[in-house]
Amino acid sequence: MIHLPVSKASERIFKIDPDTAPTHDIREELFQLEKEGELEVIRVPEPYMEVKTKFGRIKKIPLEKTWHHKSCGQCGHIPGYSTSIFWLNRQFGLDYYDPTDQTSCTAWNYYASATSNPEAQAAVAIRNFAAAHEVGYFPLIHCGTSFGHYKEVRHALVHQPELRRKVRDIMKRLGKKLVVPEEVVHYSEWVYAMRDRIAERQVIDMSNITATVHPACHYHKLIEEDAIYSEEIYGAQRTAIITGVLEKLGINVADYSTWFDCCGFGFRHILVSRDFSRSFSVQRKIEVMIEEANPDVTVTHDTGCVTTLDQSQVAGQAHNKKVGLPVMSDSQMAALAMGAHPYKVLQLHWHNTNNKPFMEKLGIDVKKKWAEFEVECDQLKSGKKEFMSWEDAEN
Amino acid sequence: MVLDLSINKYSDVTYEEKERLFEEAKADDRWEHILYGCYECGICVAACPSARFYDFSPRLIAQAVAREDVDLVYTLMNDSIWDCSQCFSCDRCPRQNSPGQIITVLREVAVRNGLQTAKQALEGYGRIIYKIMSTGSQVSPDMLQPDAFPDWGKHVYEIAENLDIWRRALPPETLHTTETSWKVDDKTIIELYLIWHMTGVMDLIEGIDEGLFMILVDVMEERLEEAGYDVTFD
Ligand code: SF4
Ligand code: SF4
Repeated sequence: MIHLPVSKASERIFKIDPDTAPTHDIREELFQLEKEGELEVIRVPEPYMEVKTKFGRIKKIPLEKTWHHKSCGQCGHIPGYSTSIFWLNRQFGLDYYDPTDQTSCTAWNYYASATSNPEAQAAVAIRNFAAAHEVGYFPLIHCGTSFGHYKEVRHALVHQPELRRKVRDIMKRLGKKLVVPEEVVHYSEWVYAMRDRIAERQVIDMSNITATVHPACHYHKLIEEDAIYSEEIYGAQRTAIITGVLEKLGINVADYSTWFDCCGFGFRHILVSRDFSRSFSVQRKIEVMIEEANPDVTVTHDTGCVTTLDQSQVAGQAHNKKVGLPVMSDSQMAALAMGAHPYKVLQLHWHNTNNKPFMEKLGIDVKKKWAEFEVECDQLKSGKKEFMSWEDAEN
Repeated sequence: MVLDLSINKYSDVTYEEKERLFEEAKADDRWEHILYGCYECGICVAACPSARFYDFSPRLIAQAVAREDVDLVYTLMNDSIWDCSQCFSCDRCPRQNSPGQIITVLREVAVRNGLQTAKQALEGYGRIIYKIMSTGSQVSPDMLQPDAFPDWGKHVYEIAENLDIWRRALPPETLHTTETSWKVDDKTIIELYLIWHMTGVMDLIEGIDEGLFMILVDVMEERLEEAGYDVTFD
């Protein structure tokens, strides 16, 4: 009889084997193409942080001079998400740019309906990159799908000369250059890179909080080698994104068995086949999290994930499912920890699931905070002010 | 719904036509990077969200295209691919296939060729295509209306009622909009329309929804003309 050594997964130590780990670095090909005059590479500006990716490649994360490639779903439906990202930049006095010369990546539509093609998708991406480059800033991508899709676009442009030629011609007709950033950087990577500085400025104790994490599929499944991993987080077997930040804030991050599952967004499903999104989100994510980890909040880092996990709980409640778990982004959690206003900055009234018990557990006077927000709204209604300013939000 | 895989399902379509569509998929530049054969291990199915709720299998799709089963590929192109969530969890494939991207390519072929089932899959989706093509933004604040999201509960009523004030109560200056998710420059929209024009995307829309195509052409041609471009989409 053969006795094979048996060990529990939790006891195993996983180490990257340099002999078998893929070492391919797309930047080498980008710089080569630049030398050949095929494209121009936008360099990551100083100062930047260096972080480890899945197979050990070091990725540069710019800290400032960032051009904020906003997300249509975030800005449109959960705008406190992006507001919190900007608020964090302002708190640290970092130079950032919030452009109006920006379209969405249009990839939500592409994955939903296929009513586009690779040339159009690449041209939309490069038009946005060129707009960033023209004003001297580096693109920081807010949406997980834009991030994943732009990595796919970069990959295609590097490996398909004909696509490069077509996109270069289109850009020429728009009076633009074919420019590709040295790194495609997601905002949550910036939050991760800033986590020590965020923790230094933390004013709300979060050590009594348990959170679950949902990583966005298009962050760590598309071009997986470009996502952040760390030996300290899940033994580098899962992406360190979000978890690394929450742990720095003193939050207990609890595991659950469907961590790898998607949120149920489905691109076309969330818009025209929502029965799937609702069922998947409630039955495979929210219920499992509550059953196995009983968290106070679940934290994610993408547009569709926040929306689907949050909004689907309404139907779950109607069916007496175990739901009622607040959903927030890592940017909102980081801002909250640093004392941001839950309504003026985090804009939590755009979220659906009741988040008041969670805030009360943090010692936040929810009634008072809402009253402060209502004062602002009253001033807008009476015409005393046209808009709420950053100064109003920061007070 | 149970997937009907019998060969009779699409016996009214000639083998040559089915083959033509399959060849179009295989001619895609991505094809050789997303299909390497299939072990039939089922890892993709284990990771797949759509497989849990539909009679749907990325393994079946990978197998059909790897075996070049023209009839089966045609059936799947009609009755299965639109169930995919495009999450790419199946990129875990040990054979380095990407069933999700195989599906992306098959969907593009279905749309390009105006398959009836593609039109059905996109029914009700036209207003979204209009939004993305005409504004460059997939969704907007003013889409948060109770009739559009009845299953999101009374919260949507609250947002719809307070939309204007709540948008103005956002500190970033770019977010005070309701028809688009942020303020977009005119020149940016013009450049986007020129991209749609140069890449032939509007031909796809015409094949899927002629009414929508005509509305979009009106909007785009007018704005392009105002900006000094003599461009037609016909
Ligand atoms: S991309 Fe489609 S086939 Fe692949 S795992 Fe996701 S839903 Fe399944
Ligand atoms: S994971 Fe890959 S090899 Fe395994 S069944 Fe799916 S497509 Fe085939």
